[in-house]
Amino acid sequence: MHLVRLTSAFLSLFVTSLCLNDARAQSTNEIVAALDDHVVAIDTSFSGSKVLLFGATEGEGDVIVVVRGPSRDEVVRKKDRIMGVWANNEEVTFSGTPVFYNIATSATLTEMVPASTRQRLELGPDYLNSYLASNSRDIGDAKKEEFWAALLRNKKNNGLYASEAAQVKFLGKRLFRADFFFPPNIPIGTYLVYVYLVKDKDVVSSQITPLFVSKIGAEAKIYDFAHRHSFAYGIIAVIIALAAGWVASVVFRKK
Amino acid sequence: MNIYLPIAEISVNMFLLLGMGGAVGFLSGMFGVGGGFMMTPLLIFIGVPPTVAVATGANQIVASSVSGVIAHTRRKNVDFKMGFMLLIGGVVGSTSGVWIFTALTALGQIDLVIKLAYVLFLSVIGSLMFIESARALWRKRCGYNLSGNAHKRKDHSGWQHKLPFKMRFRRSKLYISALLPLSVGFVVGILVAIMGVGGGFIIVPAMIYLLGMPTSVVIGTSLFQIIFVTANVTILQSTSNQTVDIVLTLLLLIGGVIGAQFGARAGMKLQGEQLRVLLAVMVLSVCLKLGFDLIVTPDDLFNVGLPGGH
Repeated sequence: MHLVRLTSAFLSLFVTSLCLNDARAQSTNEIVAALDDHVVAIDTSFSGSKVLLFGATEGEGDVIVVVRGPSRDEVVRKKDRIMGVWANNEEVTFSGTPVFYNIATSATLTEMVPASTRQRLELGPDYLNSYLASNSRDIGDAKKEEFWAALLRNKKNNGLYASEAAQVKFLGKRLFRADFFFPPNIPIGTYLVYVYLVKDKDVVSSQITPLFVSKIGAEAKIYDFAHRHSFAYGIIAVIIALAAGWVASVVFRKK
Repeated sequence: MNIYLPIAEISVNMFLLLGMGGAVGFLSGMFGVGGGFMMTPLLIFIGVPPTVAVATGANQIVASSVSGVIAHTRRKNVDFKMGFMLLIGGVVGSTSGVWIFTALTALGQIDLVIKLAYVLFLSVIGSLMFIESARALWRKRCGYNLSGNAHKRKDHSGWQHKLPFKMRFRRSKLYISALLPLSVGFVVGILVAIMGVGGGFIIVPAMIYLLGMPTSVVIGTSLFQIIFVTANVTILQSTSNQTVDIVLTLLLLIGGVIGAQFGARAGMKLQGEQLRVLLAVMVLSVCLKLGFDLIVTPDDLFNVGLPGGH
């Protein structure tokens, strides 16, 4: 029995270290998790949404859950007083920045894993790697740091990055759950949910689940149409306005 | 009840939007103004991105101008030839305006330029309106009769009359250079694109004082050209910036149509000068708020956006 557990732990460790990003590792994993819904649907009444993640661990351990949005280029602009008014002046472009980042832990993160692990797995917004876009490569380190800190601060204020880690709650010793809130300003795209099992200050197992944030129904149709057939969209916008104006004039005439 | 706007990408209370449309519609019905210069700043205040506020504002003005033009055409108060000249200038101007808009968006300066343009124009218009209506109130109190202040006839020695390409405008009883309405239309067109206004507050004085048109045809003719210019801006903004939010337009329109009806009725019952003082005070306070936000040190000097400003 002891031997079996040891081999399975070893095996899962082996698999995890080999292919951390491979979903097939799930079957041999010591941690399994699922989302109550794989889609965050942005419809006309969308005002933010909660997603529940639940799962189980094999044996005791701590759990870290990271929700990471798709990466894109972000421009950070700094305002300066120019002729009396505050105007955007200097700018730095970062590339490969996740649009959304949230993290939940079952214990205090700093006590769970060493700094090297936090840095390697980018656990927490403050451990995200910053990459300068090609047009901003020539700036100094101090400036990069200043603008990167501003990006993190901005994202945290907008609710797109976690200000502090949320709670992973254990129900008993093996079952756990975590609630994530997606604010109304959330960008669309394919998000990834990373679930890590921590034992003895080391990440021993992991699982990745996709989460789709997408507009649905009328929202999606209008947005798609506006971007794909922008000229036709403009024409329709004008026709709607013309029709509304005509209807209004008919109403006015009767009065 | 919150509604998620597909292009603005924010969640806003639906009744707030209907109410805002209604309030601005009420004012425009009462004072006979387009209301675009009130609507766009209000949208910015509630958190709609300025670029979306401007483009959607232009779309909404198409509707309010149509109902106005239909009423004025019935009374034969539209000089179509003059309107056509203004609109050629306007289409060229607004096309350049949208181009400037797109370029400023890429530079990350569009929000500032929109706000600066508003502060500039609202302060000038608000002050002029305030002075003019306060003076009228004062004179009325002193017993002067102001009912006969028709505009001055243009003398024919000004620089305007030395320009080439003279044209005859029968409806306006004018024989002036085509360059005048073309350039007036051009300047106003740029403003429509950048500020999301109809531009009535600029084009009406320009038509009266610069072109010397009779007051009776000025409103109808300006509305006629505003339709085409705002329609042009709507299509161009949709094509190059994807910033026209149809859902937002519709909500504002519904509120606006209802508000304008009540506003027109209320306007008939109340005294003109007092109303104009009130409007002037409102315009100036919107202007002050926008100006204050530009001058006061922001909480965070940094802001984050996408390359290209979307």
